[in-house]
Amino acid sequence: MNFLTHLLNGISLGSVYSIIALGYTMVYGIAKMINFAHGDVIMVGGFIIFTFMNTLGLNPFLSVLIAMILCTLLGITIERVAYKPLRKAPSLAVLITAIGVSYLLQNLALLIFGAEAKSFSSVIPVKSVSLAGGRLIISGETLVTIPICVIIMVALNIFVKKSKTGRGMLAVSEDKEAAVLMGVNVNKTIAITFAIGSAIAAIGSALMFSTYTNISPTSGAMPGIKAFVAAVFGGIGSIPGAMIGGILLGIIEILSRAYISTQLGDAIVFLILIIVLLVKPTGILGKKIQEKV
Amino acid sequence: MKAKLLKINKSTRSVILTVGMILVAYIVCQSLIATGNMSNLLQNLLISMCYYSIMAVSLNLTVGILGELSLGHAGFMCIGAFTGAIFSKCTVDSIPNTFIRFTLAILIGALAAGIFGIIIGIVVLRLKGDYLAIVTLAFGEIIKNVLNVLYIGYDSKGIHFSMKDAVSLNLEKDGAVLVKGAQGITGTPRNATFTVGVVLLILTYLIVVNLVYSRSGRAIMAIRDNYIAAESVGINITKFKILAFSISAALAGMAGVLYSHNIATVQSSKFGYNLSIMILVFVVLGGMGNLRGSIIAAVLLTLLPEYLRFLRDYRMLIYAIVLIVMMLYNWSPACIAWRSKYSQKMHIRKGAAQKKSEKEV
Repeated sequence: MNFLTHLLNGISLGSVYSIIALGYTMVYGIAKMINFAHGDVIMVGGFIIFTFMNTLGLNPFLSVLIAMILCTLLGITIERVAYKPLRKAPSLAVLITAIGVSYLLQNLALLIFGAEAKSFSSVIPVKSVSLAGGRLIISGETLVTIPICVIIMVALNIFVKKSKTGRGMLAVSEDKEAAVLMGVNVNKTIAITFAIGSAIAAIGSALMFSTYTNISPTSGAMPGIKAFVAAVFGGIGSIPGAMIGGILLGIIEILSRAYISTQLGDAIVFLILIIVLLVKPTGILGKKIQEKV
Repeated sequence: MKAKLLKINKSTRSVILTVGMILVAYIVCQSLIATGNMSNLLQNLLISMCYYSIMAVSLNLTVGILGELSLGHAGFMCIGAFTGAIFSKCTVDSIPNTFIRFTLAILIGALAAGIFGIIIGIVVLRLKGDYLAIVTLAFGEIIKNVLNVLYIGYDSKGIHFSMKDAVSLNLEKDGAVLVKGAQGITGTPRNATFTVGVVLLILTYLIVVNLVYSRSGRAIMAIRDNYIAAESVGINITKFKILAFSISAALAGMAGVLYSHNIATVQSSKFGYNLSIMILVFVVLGGMGNLRGSIIAAVLLTLLPEYLRFLRDYRMLIYAIVLIVMMLYNWSPACIAWRSKYSQKMHIRKGAAQKKSEKEV
C-alpha cells in the first residue's frame, strides 16, 4: 500500500512535470531554443493566482483564468522583446538571454513579494478519497491533476494535427524556410507557440502550487529545469513524449526520495538526464536529425 | 622608445598591459592598506575579487575561447574548495610551514577539480550547444547535492565516508569529523592573503593566455568557429575540447581553494546555479573571449554593489538586465545597424579631424 501511495504521488507530480514540459518541448521544437524562463513563468502564474485568490479573495477558477491570460501576455512579451531580435544569433547568445530573462523574472518577484515562502491555499475543491479501509488515501489534487494532464495532452495533440495554425507549427518545426515558402507566417507561429506554452504553464502552476502549498520567487526554477529534463527524456519536440517523460520522471523522483535518499532526489533526476543524453540523446519518442554541413 | 615598443607583437603587449594593470592595482591597494586609508569593508573584498576574477577568466576559457556554455562552473570551485580545505585540515600538524602547506593545498584542489573536469568533460563534450549547457548545470547540481549529504571523518584507521550522518562514520576515539554534511567544513586555516590571490590571478591569466596563443589554442578556437571544418583539417576535436574544459575546471578549483582558506565555513549550498550565473555575467559583461575584460568586470561588479548601497537590493536584477542587454546589443539586427551607422559617423568625423590636423601641419 505504501508503494502504491508513492506511485500515485509520483504520477501526480509527473503530470505536473509533463504539463510544464509541454511548454519546453513545443518551443524547442519550433524555435530551437531552451526557454529557460518557462519555469519562472510558472512561478509568476502562481503569484498571480495567489494575489487574486488569497489577497483579493476572488473565486479560484476566475483567478486561474486571469493567470492564464496574464501569463499568455507575459510569454508573448518575452518572446517579442528578448528572443525575436535574436532569431539569427548563435544559440549561445539566445541561451544567455533566456537565462537573463529567467533571472529577471525571479528578481522582480523577489522585489515585489519578498524572499520568504508564502502559503498557497489549494484551488482544487475536491476532497481526498480513502480506499482499502483508510490504508490508501488519494488526495483531491492527485485526482484532479492526472485527468487534467491527459485532457491537455489530447487537446493539444488534436490542435497541432488538425488545425491550420497547428499544422503551421509542425511545418515551422520541420523546415523554417520551406514553411515561409508555403505561406506560413513564422513570427506569428512562434508567438502563438509561446502563448500556448505560457497559458498551459499557468494551469500547471495552479496544480503544482495546490499540491505543494508553498510559493516563493525561486520555486519555479527547479521544477522548470526538471520539466526540461522530462521533455528531453520523452524526446524533445514530441507532445506525447513530454507526457511519458514527465510521468516517468515524477515516479522516479518520488520513489528515489522514498527508497534511496530524501536529499539526493534532485541529484538522481539529473543523473537520469545525463544517462538519457548519453545513451539515447533523442529521448524515448524523439526523431534523429542529421546535421548538414 | 616608442618604436621599440611597437616591435613587440600585439599579443605580448596585451599580456604586459593586463599583468601591469593587475600589479598597479595591487601596489595601490597595498600602499592604501599600509597608510591606513582603506576601509575594512574593502579589505575584506580584496581576496573575493581575486577568486571571482580567477573564476571569470577560467569560465571565459570555456565560454569565450571554446564556445560552449558551462552552467556548472561553481561545481568545480566547490570541489577545489572542499579538497583543499580537507587537505589543509588533515596536515595542519604534520606540515607546520604555512607556505608549503597552502601551495600543496592549491595544487591538490586544482588537481581534483581538473580530474573531475576530465571525467565530466568526456561525458559532457559529446553533446553540443543547449544540451551541453543543461548537462553542465546538472553536474553542478549533482556535485552540490552529493557534497551536501557527505560526511567525512578520519582517525588512526584512515578516512571514513558516510552519506547518512556523523555517527555512522564509526570513528575511533581519536577521530575527528572533517566534513559535516550540510554544515560543511569549519575551521580551515585562513591562509589566503591578498598577495596570494593576486599571484594566483596572474598565474591563471598567464596559463589561459599562453594556451590561447599556442597551437592548441588556435585549434580550440577553430573548433569554436566551425567544428566541421576543424575536424576536416584533422583537428582532434574531443582531445582539444577536453583539454580546454579540464584546464578551466582546474583553475576554478584553484579559486575554490583560495575561497575555502579565506572564509570560516565552507558549505556546498553556496556553490549553486546562482554562483555559476554570476560568474557568467562577469564573462558576458567583460566580453566573451576577452580575458582582461573578465577581470575588470569581476572587480567592478564585486565593488559596485558594496559602494552603491542603494544598488544592493537590485544587484541580481542588474545582473539579469546586463545579460539580456549585452546579448541584444551584440546580436539584434536593429542594434547592429545602429552601431554600424554610429561608427561610420565617428569614422567620418575622425577622418575629417585628421585631414584638418594634417593641413595645419
